[in-house]
Amino acid sequence: MTTPLLEVREVSRSFGNVRALDAVSLTIAENEFFALLGPSGCGKTTLLRSIAGFEHPDDGAVLLGGADLLALPPNKRPVNLMFQSYALFPHLSVASNIAYGLKRERLPKAEVAQRVAEVLETVGLQTMAERRPAQLSGGQRQRVALARAIVKRPRLLLLDEPLSALDRKVRAEMQLELKRLQHEVGITFVVVTHDQEEAMSMADRIAVLAEGRVQQVASPLELYRHPANLFVADFIGTSNLLAGPADGERLMVRPEDVRLVGPGEGKLAGTVVDTQFQGGTSTVAVQVPQLDKPFLVTEPGATEAVRGKAVGLAWDHAVVVREGLT
Amino acid sequence: MAERAAGRRTGLGWLWLPLGLCALFLYLPILVLVAMSFNGGGSAYTWDGFSLRWYGELARDSDLIQAVVTSLGIAAGATAIATVLGTLLAVGLARHTRSKLLEAASMAPAILPDLVLAIGLLAFFYAAGISKSALTVLLAHAAFGTAFVVAVVRARLAGSDAALEEASRDLGAGAFSTFVLVTLPSIAPAVVAGALLVFTLSLDEFVIAYFTAGPTTRTLPITVYSMLRTGITPEINALATVLVLISVVVVVVAARAMRRQEKS
Amino acid sequence: MSTRSYGGLATRLRRGVEPAVLLGPGLLFYAVFVAIPVGLVTGYMFARRGRFGGVEWELGFDNFARVTDSVYLEVFRESLGLAFLATAIALLIGYPTAYAIAKLPPRWRTVALVLVVVPFWTNFLIRVYAWIVLLNSQGVLNDVLVGLGIVDERFTMLYTPGAVVVGLVYSYLPLMILPLYAAIEKVDDELLEASTDLGAGRIRTFLGVQLPLTLPGVVTGSILVFVPSLGNFVVPELLGGGKTVMVGNLIRDQFLKAQDWPFGSVLAMMVVVLLVLLFLGQAWVTRRVEGGARG
Repeated sequence: MTTPLLEVREVSRSFGNVRALDAVSLTIAENEFFALLGPSGCGKTTLLRSIAGFEHPDDGAVLLGGADLLALPPNKRPVNLMFQSYALFPHLSVASNIAYGLKRERLPKAEVAQRVAEVLETVGLQTMAERRPAQLSGGQRQRVALARAIVKRPRLLLLDEPLSALDRKVRAEMQLELKRLQHEVGITFVVVTHDQEEAMSMADRIAVLAEGRVQQVASPLELYRHPANLFVADFIGTSNLLAGPADGERLMVRPEDVRLVGPGEGKLAGTVVDTQFQGGTSTVAVQVPQLDKPFLVTEPGATEAVRGKAVGLAWDHAVVVREGLT
Repeated sequence: MAERAAGRRTGLGWLWLPLGLCALFLYLPILVLVAMSFNGGGSAYTWDGFSLRWYGELARDSDLIQAVVTSLGIAAGATAIATVLGTLLAVGLARHTRSKLLEAASMAPAILPDLVLAIGLLAFFYAAGISKSALTVLLAHAAFGTAFVVAVVRARLAGSDAALEEASRDLGAGAFSTFVLVTLPSIAPAVVAGALLVFTLSLDEFVIAYFTAGPTTRTLPITVYSMLRTGITPEINALATVLVLISVVVVVVAARAMRRQEKS
Repeated sequence: MSTRSYGGLATRLRRGVEPAVLLGPGLLFYAVFVAIPVGLVTGYMFARRGRFGGVEWELGFDNFARVTDSVYLEVFRESLGLAFLATAIALLIGYPTAYAIAKLPPRWRTVALVLVVVPFWTNFLIRVYAWIVLLNSQGVLNDVLVGLGIVDERFTMLYTPGAVVVGLVYSYLPLMILPLYAAIEKVDDELLEASTDLGAGRIRTFLGVQLPLTLPGVVTGSILVFVPSLGNFVVPELLGGGKTVMVGNLIRDQFLKAQDWPFGSVLAMMVVVLLVLLFLGQAWVTRRVEGGARG
């Protein structure tokens, strides 16, 4: 069993009465693309900044490669942070921004110049070296921020909501870019995000947080198929929630696991209230008497259901989830 | 666990030293002034027992009181003109022009060194055959006061767009009604702030008044100047104390008002 | 304002009324009480002093030649030196003070700024007078220094160039602190964090990020101290005792005593030209630091 790259042990942090982090523990392996996922206020950003060195836990330990990370000031940690706002130095050119961190390592000028050139090529911004941040687009600025952090070859790269400032089309491209980059440079990425689609598409493993506590740590598939509790089930992907077998339990069915059948067949019956064609699939909303919210069904291609049609709902695979948070 | 700094801002640390020294530098002279105003003796430097006699002298000094009245009158007149002209100008600049030159020109009087403006006005009144008097000082103060009103009101308008005014016109109001019913209320705090600014600046202004005042026009600063040139008695200290008190009151009131403004 | 106007002349006239009413009065007032005066002074530069004072309009460039007289150059040199010194000292005191204020908790920041402004709202002459009292050889400062044993006997602090510099710094220090505070406060905390994250210690972060980004504020504050200091005649007169003559005194004397308005105009215009150059310099610095936004 190899030592994990990063070990977070029982880390807690309170701000006044608010418990931002409550005995959070997790491990991150070398070369992983890891995501901290959760709604705002769940503590993910506080945890990230604690690893970077800009927040100081009240309790607990953080070990990087077995060594105490919290004992080091932020400028001495082999960890780099990519800020949500990118925090590019407006008075420096792209190249100077990227070189900034390298210069602090007192490397020979030639090496600095070479590494800057290399990383500019890696992110595809060779022609922008002498431009200023104000002259770049959002996507380009993000790549500079990334380059600036990567060029230092940290053991751990922290990314705070890296895609939130981009518009949709650029975001989709950048998701692929980030994954590619992570493989190419071989650095462990830890991404903080509130967007579960983002986390699911990019990360190898995800830690879902709520109210300062870890709810579940697993691969995207595992989280999707076997959520640990109601919160995770509801937060990840779309889910239909029914009353569960026992008290404090619910039954969760994913829309794509449901088939539309005749009104008398299936486990539930209802009336179609809305259909949405999304290109590759269709989503059908069915009003079921026992439920407040419409039951969602995903069908491949265009659906034959129309508003008002009486239908039955059948499924083979459902998961029992606990109510309440960990 | 050892105590860690909370939040993003760390403490001041060594910065307390320059802050303290600066505070000392700024306030020591004033404190000495105030202290010596209660000096029993006639010297402004050596202490000779506590006394309020200089405040009495101050109250009896008719020249000084006349100067205060003159200053107040000039300030009031200059403020009236500057506020009206400046507000109109600021609105005009914000809504009807994109010319940077015009904007710069509107604030030029505030940026020019007062000495330059002073000699210019001296030359102007001489060339135009207008004899110097309190009126000339008033007009001079109005000129450079307008620039300050423009600056303050313009800053307030910079954030807002014309949507409110356009809505007003769309609903049938004419240009004048829109200005009175929509524009003015939205800039009212800035107009008031600008007016107060001009009033204070005018009361305090020495250089331009010195050059544009007639032989019999004595504003407060001009009187203080000649008092400083002729004989220094603690009466000046008493006057200084009164002025400092007024400044403190004005600034505190203004700061409170601004804070209440920001909260709403 | 290049909107295509429909309708005839009447419509266009009507549309032009509003800007005219708004901009007209103010600009007219400026034209009379600012533009003409400044224009007159500019014109005087080329004129000649009349025999009994006043101005004779004979075009000539004598005044410009006179400026290069060593006596006046000496005054310029001293004025620039004193104004520069005052600015440098104000910056040295002002930057740490502004930085300290920016680091105070929000409520205390307002209090601190008020405290900085209050002396400034006190009458200028009174503030100069305060230093006459303090620096006098019979005054408090001398008492304190002698009492503490720092000096053996009272000495003259007043009526020296040093006193003039102190007076200038005291008068304009708040004008240095306020723009500095605004600039320091505007620096995004995240930029300082990013610098630290990339490996810079505190001094490096200050020199590499904070100082460059607050440079526009430094320039603004410096101009706000330098220009009034240069054109000041009250401080050199009252605190310098007439022994220290600055450009401001020269100009004042030319206009009110020697009655040589043309010459005084040249001196005044030189200050204005310097001011314009400083402003252009400031605009350049701001553009360099903020790096040209996308067009």
